[in-house]
Amino acid sequence: MLSFIAQRVLKGVIVLLAIVVLNFFLIRLAPGDPAVVMAGEAGASDQIFVQQLRQKFGLDKPLPEQLFVYVKGVVTLDLGFSFRQQAPVSKLILERLPATLLLTLTAFAISLMLGILFGTFAARFAGTWLDTAITIFALIFYAMPLFWVALMGILLFSVAVDWLPSFGYETVGANFTGLAHVVDVARHLIMPAMTLGLFFMATYTRMTRASMLEVKRLDFVKTARAKGLSDAVIQRRHVLRNALLPVVTLAGVHSGTLIGGAVITETVFAWPGIGRLMYDALLQRDYNLLLGVFVICSAMVLTFNLITDLVYRLVDPRIEFTA
Amino acid sequence: MSKRVLLGLLLACGLTAPALAQEPKTGGAINVVIQPEPPGLMMAMVQNGPVQMVAGNIFEGLLRYSPKLEPQPELAESWSVSEDAKTYTFKLRKGVTWHDGKPFTAADVLFSVEMLKQTHARARNNLAQVDKVEAPDDTTVVFTLKQPFGPFLGIFEVGSMPMVPKHLYEGTDWKTNPYNNAPVGTGPFMFKEWQKGSFIRLVKNPNYYEKGKPYLDDIYWQIIPDAAARSVAYETGKVDVLPGGSVENFDVPRLSKLKDTCVTGAGWEFFSPLAWLWLNNRQGPLADKRVRQAIMYAIDREFAKDVIWNGLGKVATGPSASTIKYYTDDVPKYPYDPAKAKALLKEAGYKGEKIRLLPLAYGETWQRWGEAVKQNLQDVGMNIETIATDVAGGNQKIGDWDYDIAFTYLYQYGDPALGVGRNYVSSAIAKGQVFNNVEGYSNPEIDKLFADGAVATPDSKRKEIYEKAQKILVEDVPVAWMLELQFPTIMRCKVKNLITTGIGVNDGFKDAWLDK
Repeated sequence: MLSFIAQRVLKGVIVLLAIVVLNFFLIRLAPGDPAVVMAGEAGASDQIFVQQLRQKFGLDKPLPEQLFVYVKGVVTLDLGFSFRQQAPVSKLILERLPATLLLTLTAFAISLMLGILFGTFAARFAGTWLDTAITIFALIFYAMPLFWVALMGILLFSVAVDWLPSFGYETVGANFTGLAHVVDVARHLIMPAMTLGLFFMATYTRMTRASMLEVKRLDFVKTARAKGLSDAVIQRRHVLRNALLPVVTLAGVHSGTLIGGAVITETVFAWPGIGRLMYDALLQRDYNLLLGVFVICSAMVLTFNLITDLVYRLVDPRIEFTA
Repeated sequence: MSKRVLLGLLLACGLTAPALAQEPKTGGAINVVIQPEPPGLMMAMVQNGPVQMVAGNIFEGLLRYSPKLEPQPELAESWSVSEDAKTYTFKLRKGVTWHDGKPFTAADVLFSVEMLKQTHARARNNLAQVDKVEAPDDTTVVFTLKQPFGPFLGIFEVGSMPMVPKHLYEGTDWKTNPYNNAPVGTGPFMFKEWQKGSFIRLVKNPNYYEKGKPYLDDIYWQIIPDAAARSVAYETGKVDVLPGGSVENFDVPRLSKLKDTCVTGAGWEFFSPLAWLWLNNRQGPLADKRVRQAIMYAIDREFAKDVIWNGLGKVATGPSASTIKYYTDDVPKYPYDPAKAKALLKEAGYKGEKIRLLPLAYGETWQRWGEAVKQNLQDVGMNIETIATDVAGGNQKIGDWDYDIAFTYLYQYGDPALGVGRNYVSSAIAKGQVFNNVEGYSNPEIDKLFADGAVATPDSKRKEIYEKAQKILVEDVPVAWMLELQFPTIMRCKVKNLITTGIGVNDGFKDAWLDK
C-alpha cells in the first residue's frame, strides 16, 4: 500500500506541474492586461505608468522566461507575489483557506449525510409517497440556481423572520470570544452551508437511491434474505455498503472542488473564502494569484482522488491497490 | 418612486442637513459598505475608488475642496500665489504628527512629491508643470512652475496627492514595504485591522490636530460583494451607510423609503463622473461626423436618466460636466429626434454596415443601458451587434481600438485641464491604453485650445478658451455624451455631516458624528 501511495504522489506531482504550465498559458490567452486594469483604476493610463506596471508584474519579460520563473517558484513552494494586493500569494490564500474549508467541509458533511439518508429512505420505500416527496425535494434544490436559493434564504431567514445573519463570517465589532464566538460563527455558517449542502445533497440522494435499487435486485441480497436476516441488517450491511461505491466516487470528485467551488455562495453571503479571491483575481487579471489558487485547487483534487482510492478499499475489500 | 418624491427626499435629507446644524456628539461606530474590496490601502501605491474611500481617512492631502471646488486648508493651513502665477507657497500646519508620533514636516511633502511622480500616474501628469519644489523651513513648501498652470491649486486633495511618511518609506523597496499593509498617515482615523474578505476597521486618532475631531470612535468597512446582499445588509440594519454606487440603481428608491433613511447626491462635485459612448472616429461609418451626430439624435437620454437611472443625474450637454469650471451650455443641442437621425444617416450614405457596441460590465444598470441604446440605434436603422466582455476584456478591446461604440464613464477632477482635455487632444492618442483619446479624434484647433487653456491667465481668458473648445467639440461629436451621473449615498439619518466637501465620502469622515 505504501508503494501505491508513493507512486501516486509522484504521478500527482507530474500532473500538477503539467497543470501549472497549461494554466499559465490559458490565463494569458484571456483578453485583458493586468497593467491596463490597474492603470484604469488609477484614473490615468500614460505610457510610462503602464510600462512601470508591466515591469513590476514581470510582464515585460519573454513568456518562456516568465514561465521558468514561475515554475521554479512553485517547485520551491513559492507561489509568487500579487502586485495588485501587494502581498505574497501564499499568504493571501492561507488567510482565506480556513473560512473556505469551514464552509465547504460543513456543506460537504451536510450533503453526504442528508443525501445518503434520504437516498436510503427513498430506495427502501421506492414507489411510495415518501419516495416521491424525497425525489421532488431533492430535485427542487438541484434545479434551482444556487444564487437564487441563497437570496431566498436571506429574504426568509434574515429579512422576514430575522433569525440568521445575512452576510459575513462573524458579527463585526462584537468581539466575541470563546463559546460565544463559536456560536456567532456557527450562526453565520448555517445559511451558506445549507445552500451549498442542499445542492450537492440532491445528487447524493439520487445516486444513493438509484444505486441501492440496483443492488437490491442482485442475487446476494436474495441469499441474505433466504438466510433469514432482518430487513434492517440487509439494507445496512449488504445493500447500502455495496451501493455506496458510486457515491464515494462522486464524493471524491466533488471534494476536489471544495476550495474553489463555492464562488457563488461565498459571493452572495460575503463569506471571506478562496472562491471569491479567485473570482476577483480573474476579473483583475491578477495572474500570480489566480495561478496560485489553481495550484492549490489542483493539489486538492489530486489529494482527494488518492483518498477516494483508499476509501474504496475500505468500502470494498475486494479492490486491490495497483499503481 | 417618482422623480419628484426622490428629489424631495434628496432635498429633505441631504441638502438641508447643513441648515439643521446641531452640536456634534462624540463616540460611536459606523458601518459602511465598501465595494469592491480595496487591493491595498497605501494610496501612493494603489489608486482606485475603494482605496481612497477607506484610506482617505488615514492619509491627508495639503488641501481639500468645498462643494464649489474652492480650496480649503487640510495639512496646509494657508497658501499664496506669486503675481506671475508661477510660485505657490504653502504654509503647513504646526504640531501635526504621523500616527506613529513622528512630526509631519515639509520634508515629508518633498519626499511625497518625488515618490508620487514614480508611483501615481495622475500625480505625475498633474506635476508635469512643476519645475522645482523646495522647503525653506520645516513648515514651508514652495512649488515653482515652468509656466503658469491654471488648475494647479486643484491637484492637492488626498486622492490626487496623498502625503507619505518619509521616515517609513525613504530607502525602502516601496512595493514590499510592510507599512503598505498597515498604513501610517496623519489623518483623523488610524488603521487597526483588516480581515481580508470581511471587514476593515479604522479607529479614532486621539492625537488629531483638529481638537475634538474626529467624533466617531470606529469605522467598520464591510466587504459585501453581492449588490443584492448589500441592500439587505442596509435593510436589516447591519450597515449604516451605502456610499454612492454601492447598490443597483433600481434599489435606490426602495431603500430611500425605509424608516430613518436619508439620501444625498452631494459629494461628487470634484469627480463629476460623466458617462459617454466612445465612438471610433477612425473607421467605418463612424468616421463621418453626420453619423456621429445621428447617434446623438437617436439616443433617448432623458429616458435613460428617468428609467434606467431612476431620475438621478442630468443629461450631458458636452464634454464638461455642469459642475466643473468653465462649463457652458451654449453649445449645439441634440434632443431626442429619431427622424433627424434617420435623415442624417441617409445623407451620410449609411447602408446598414454592422456596428459593434461594447456595454460596460459594471452591473445590471449598465447592462440595461446598453440594451436601451442598442434599441434606440436599431430604431433609426443602425445594425448594432452587442459584444459582451468583462471589464478587463473590454478595456483591452477599447485600448486596441477594436470597437465601434463603447460605454464608459470618467471623472473630471474639477478642471478641464485635469480631466477633460485628455480625452480629446491628439497627443493623448496612444494604442494599448484606455481612458485617454481612444476615439482617435484629432483637431489641431482643439489641441491648441486645450494647450492654451491650461496655462492662460487670468481666469476670464481660460473661460473664453474652454467655452470655445466645448462648442467645437459638441459640433464635431468625437464621442456621444450621455449623462452626468449621480451616485446617491444612502445612510441612516442619525449619521450627520458625513459629506462636507466636494470629494464626499472619499474625503475622510473627520466631520461625521452620530446623533444617538
